[in-house]
Amino acid sequence: MLHTIIKKNSYQDSVNLMLLTNYISALEGVVQASIMMGTPANKDIMRNSGLYTDELEPAGANDMCIVIDTEAHSGLDDILVAVDNFLSDQSVSSSQSSMESVRSWERALKENPNANLAIISVPGQYAAAEAEKALDYGLHAFIFSDNVPVEEELSLKQKAHDKELLVMGPDCGTGIISGVPLAFANRVKAGNIGVVGASGTGIQEVTTLIDRMGGGISHAIGTGGRDLSEIVGAITMLDGIRGLAHNDQTEVIVIVSKPPAKAVREKVVSQLQGLSKPVVTLFLGEKPSAHEGNVYEAYTLEEAAMIAIDLAKGAAVQPLYSLPIDVPKTALNPEQTSIQGLYAGGTLAAEAAMLIADALQLKDGLIHEAGYVLRSNGHAIVDLGDDMYTQGKPHPMIDPATRIQHIEKAAQDPATAVILFDVVLGYGGHDDVAGVLAPAIEKAAAKAKTEGRNLYFVAALCGTHQDPQSYEEQKRKFEQAGVLVKESNNQAVRTVLAMMQLFLEDVPKAHRPATTFAPQAFSTSAAIEALLAGKPSVINVGLRKFTESITASGAPAIQYDWRPVAGGSVKMQQILNQLKDYRFTS
Amino acid sequence: MKYQTIDEANRAVIDKIAGGAPFLVDVVPAHTVIPELEGKTLLHAGPPIAYKDMTGPMQGSCVGAALFEGWAKDEMEARSMLEQGDIHFIPCHHVKAVGPMGGITSGNMPVFVVNNRSEGNEAYCIMNEGIGKVLRFGAYSEEVITRLTWMKDVLGPTLSRALKVTKEGLNLNVMIAKAITMGDEFHQRNIAASLVFLKEISPYIVNLDMDKQEMQSVIKFLADTDQFFLNIMMAASKAVMDGARTIQAGTVVTAMCRNGQDFGIRISGMGDEWFTAPVNTPQGLFFTGFSQADANPDIGDSAITETFGVGGMAMIAAPGVTRFVGAGGFQDALATSNEMVEISIDQNPNFTVPTWNFRGICLGIDARKVVETGITPVINTGIAHKEPGVGQIGAGTVRPPVECFEKALEAYASKLGLL
Repeated sequence: MLHTIIKKNSYQDSVNLMLLTNYISALEGVVQASIMMGTPANKDIMRNSGLYTDELEPAGANDMCIVIDTEAHSGLDDILVAVDNFLSDQSVSSSQSSMESVRSWERALKENPNANLAIISVPGQYAAAEAEKALDYGLHAFIFSDNVPVEEELSLKQKAHDKELLVMGPDCGTGIISGVPLAFANRVKAGNIGVVGASGTGIQEVTTLIDRMGGGISHAIGTGGRDLSEIVGAITMLDGIRGLAHNDQTEVIVIVSKPPAKAVREKVVSQLQGLSKPVVTLFLGEKPSAHEGNVYEAYTLEEAAMIAIDLAKGAAVQPLYSLPIDVPKTALNPEQTSIQGLYAGGTLAAEAAMLIADALQLKDGLIHEAGYVLRSNGHAIVDLGDDMYTQGKPHPMIDPATRIQHIEKAAQDPATAVILFDVVLGYGGHDDVAGVLAPAIEKAAAKAKTEGRNLYFVAALCGTHQDPQSYEEQKRKFEQAGVLVKESNNQAVRTVLAMMQLFLEDVPKAHRPATTFAPQAFSTSAAIEALLAGKPSVINVGLRKFTESITASGAPAIQYDWRPVAGGSVKMQQILNQLKDYRFTS
Repeated sequence: MKYQTIDEANRAVIDKIAGGAPFLVDVVPAHTVIPELEGKTLLHAGPPIAYKDMTGPMQGSCVGAALFEGWAKDEMEARSMLEQGDIHFIPCHHVKAVGPMGGITSGNMPVFVVNNRSEGNEAYCIMNEGIGKVLRFGAYSEEVITRLTWMKDVLGPTLSRALKVTKEGLNLNVMIAKAITMGDEFHQRNIAASLVFLKEISPYIVNLDMDKQEMQSVIKFLADTDQFFLNIMMAASKAVMDGARTIQAGTVVTAMCRNGQDFGIRISGMGDEWFTAPVNTPQGLFFTGFSQADANPDIGDSAITETFGVGGMAMIAAPGVTRFVGAGGFQDALATSNEMVEISIDQNPNFTVPTWNFRGICLGIDARKVVETGITPVINTGIAHKEPGVGQIGAGTVRPPVECFEKALEAYASKLGLL
């Protein structure tokens, strides 16, 4: 049925009217619609599309002509209201953010001439080349990309060291420079504790604990997981330590790493002993028995944070940092004997594995295969961020889907007593992990209940109250779903162990003078000093959301929407290089 | 040679673009300035193409031109002449001309004559016929032919006489500079420039000794035809770009055009050679009853405006048409022009855009930058129905295939002995 409405003297631009026509045509009950100004040419178009009515005859060029073909009983009134609403609200709400982006280094440097740091998150095969360009332009590089060969890492780091620049990464998940989060990082309070870490979630756990314990962070420098390997030789960690040693904001330094190669460890510790600032070290997996000189050795990430807080306040370091554990009452069936740890953070998973292995007094329970970091006596700790789970899928810190599958699977196993997991908040992470995991957890627990089992969930919640996700809200959502939420990974694991009647013994640590003390005169580079002197000015090469979190922190950043040169065509890349270098001979 | 590197050669080319001085000096029958239009010859848009390979609208335009020239008495006869190869074709670009959409230009059609005073070269383009059923979109009904005849007999001669009264023709740089600040980007939107043209020319027209009825019809047509300046802009762009491509070195894109089948580009270092690849189909907004499925692949020489730096390259200049980019608004227009900066060598200070904080329009598309970044120029364009005779069905944007630019660079590297 054809309806004609003429709005006299109601001029609209033809683009508006085409958009309106598209909008109206999509409404329920509308077969076809045409909305145009009543010019002779437009009336012809109406005729051609079978929407001409006699009522259009008197309409003129300044009259809006609406012709709607509706299904038999559709109400015309609703459609007219929709027309009016559309015309009264024509401001375009752009779906894209107003963030400006560039597509070349040239323009990135032009738009942000003061840039001093490049964040690189391009595919691994291209990352080294882009980092090299950053160094050539005089920028420090933070390489988020993984799958960069270790030889390339070494050569980049050597080049950076020679140019007195810093290369963080590759495979560097976390950094904080003067409060500005780089990649996956939390918003932490400013303070006098600096961190250098070869572990992403390790840095996140330490920095957020320090924040929530009332301390503050000056900088957190990520080095990438291989920095302390024999091959790389801790180039970035050593330069980072020197940088923090010369940084006025930093009074205490925390080192986080998995156990390094022996020679590298000695090199690092000897450097640390030469500092005038106190240092806390956490070499995850080592169980230190004493502090040495100005180097205080921690067993857990939480202990590292607590020692750092005491040092930052100028308080004496205590021989023991044990927190009392509230052991919840449990009612388990006899066959419910296993702990299933489903982790998103690799370092947090490793710490859980270490604590459980220690409690079980395992000599060789720690493994690294098929995503497991521990598999013993029925207990298992899985690192769901391991490559084998993230091939072609987002990391579980971004997308909880893989974790939900594992929760369902673990919950079905009659041997499972407790499911232990971590939740890492902050920039880069999922907006509402609790909102997604809690229903899955409730469902799994309810199902176990119908099968005659009580299933327990314990979570380690890593984040700060300033993070983009609300810490309290996440905590509340998990607790409503029956999850026991702990404020550190250490406490979460110890709670689970206690539930299983397993206990860890902490031994008080003595403080003795340094044996490897070798005072050395060293300096840091002016460029690293400048990087740590204020908020960084960033060129973000790759993932857009990294730029968003930087600008949200008030630091300047340019988004470089990177694509491989010439679409990755080797032939065209060669031609471009030849044309670039070509000289006409006259 | 004055230059040592490709960058220096490119700089020399773009200096000639920025220094171009196009003047509209006359409107004349095409055959008087294009001797190649002897006998049964037609010009077409884009790189060379045979009649059988032309898409619907261009074939429709050919039929219309044969009827207009009186070579055939009806559509059937025109088609059979065309199919038998009785009519000879030349690309507009090969004879200093450019043609919108189908680009079909015949000897008796009046063309604008634009003189580029900085180089002394000329360029030509037929006049804009308005909207709806028009030859350039492949329509050839009686009303179309009647209008073309009126343009030949009345509009063309009137404008010619008016222009002859002016001292030196109309200085187009001045008109372009004015209109860009009034919201034109010169491809999708020419209403400001068309009005500036009417303002400049009408004092001369009304002073002519001519039939009052005819004078009124000319003024009315100019007043009604929002896109009238587009064809002048095309001729101006062609004149300036031809002036610049007298320097046969470097990688500046000196022409972009489409024939409905292939997209063709020229770069400064390769002179007259075309580098082609299959065209894309424009995406945009459609008149009621039509959809993307009806759209003809990209067609016309009008992308010469983008080559010069306006049209899609200057999207931000025309907030009024930005929504043709898609559902986007001002920010998307800004992002588009900013993206175009990435493939341009410089910005032209002669034409500053108020909505772009008075930055100049893009100057000199560098084929190397296109290939390096994978960013192709954005072209604002009308959309023709793929069947002949239907005409325009919408408007939108389209991008050239990157292969054109890759082929051009490869050929240039080869010419320089690098491959």
